Amino acid sequence: MLEIGIVHYLIVAAALFVTGVFGIFLNRSNVILILMSIELILLSVTINLVTFSHFLHDLTGQVFAMLILTIAAAEAAIGLAILMTYFRKKGSIDVTEINIMKG
Amino acid sequence: MIVEAIVFYMFSTILLLSGIMVISARNPVHSVLFLILGFFNAAGLFVLLGAEFLAMILVIVYVGAVAVLFLFVVMMLNVDMSRMRDNLKKNMTVAAVVGFVLLGELVWIFSNWHFSEDAELNVQTPFSAEDAMDNTRALGEVMYTDYMLFFQMAGLVLLVAMIGAITLTLRHRPGVKRQKINEQVNRQVKDVLRVEQVESGSGIV
Repeated sequence: MLEIGIVHYLIVAAALFVTGVFGIFLNRSNVILILMSIELILLSVTINLVTFSHFLHDLTGQVFAMLILTIAAAEAAIGLAILMTYFRKKGSIDVTEINIMKG
Repeated sequence: MIVEAIVFYMFSTILLLSGIMVISARNPVHSVLFLILGFFNAAGLFVLLGAEFLAMILVIVYVGAVAVLFLFVVMMLNVDMSRMRDNLKKNMTVAAVVGFVLLGELVWIFSNWHFSEDAELNVQTPFSAEDAMDNTRALGEVMYTDYMLFFQMAGLVLLVAMIGAITLTLRHRPGVKRQKINEQVNRQVKDVLRVEQVESGSGIV
């Protein structure tokens, strides 16, 4: 219990991942909260990569964690831009009402 | 050892609690603030794992840029969030089932994790904790040599994201005076200035 091993970090990352998935299910109509849940999921993945990097003594995990941070920042920027455009057009960000492209 | 355990449990508890608060807070501004708290504690976990550079990057990029971006958007949109909370109960059961099954599976898999005997053979860029080189320098020596292509591609992704975000949110409102660079630069003196001899006592018609 007091000896912090790889299992502890992995379980924290797993719990954070599940929190993110839970958030997506729970706030299904609110895009901002969905984006924040995706950030939580990506953070848990990053924690996993850094954990394995530490316990395997391999720097590759940290390099890829950095790339994931880059992608997450880009994704947040694009998602929020789409959100702004949509809100300007419709005056609402309810996901359940986004069905213009429905065939 | 006991100090490490205490610090680990503190960081991870606050991280998980703030994660729960992110998805359950009524006010989206509070969600963003809890997200910032969570990122800070994840940075603490990274420091515990010896990844100081990534921890600092997490604080700078996430707390300084992404979370503030979220905060801007939340404050700019001024959305009525209470209207969106109507079907919380209906989603709750599905979310609970999926969440607990997923959590159970992941904990089951991870709780008896062990590396295989020859896992060391697959290590691409080894480093030792006793190494005199600090984390930032070790990361830099790997990133600018072995992973140069990935580094450049990450830069390209950021460039594309920047251009995409600008083009998505740029709009030309009618009735707003804008600069016309070409016309302004090509303005000649003879087009706009006229010198006339005026007789004294009379004006210009």
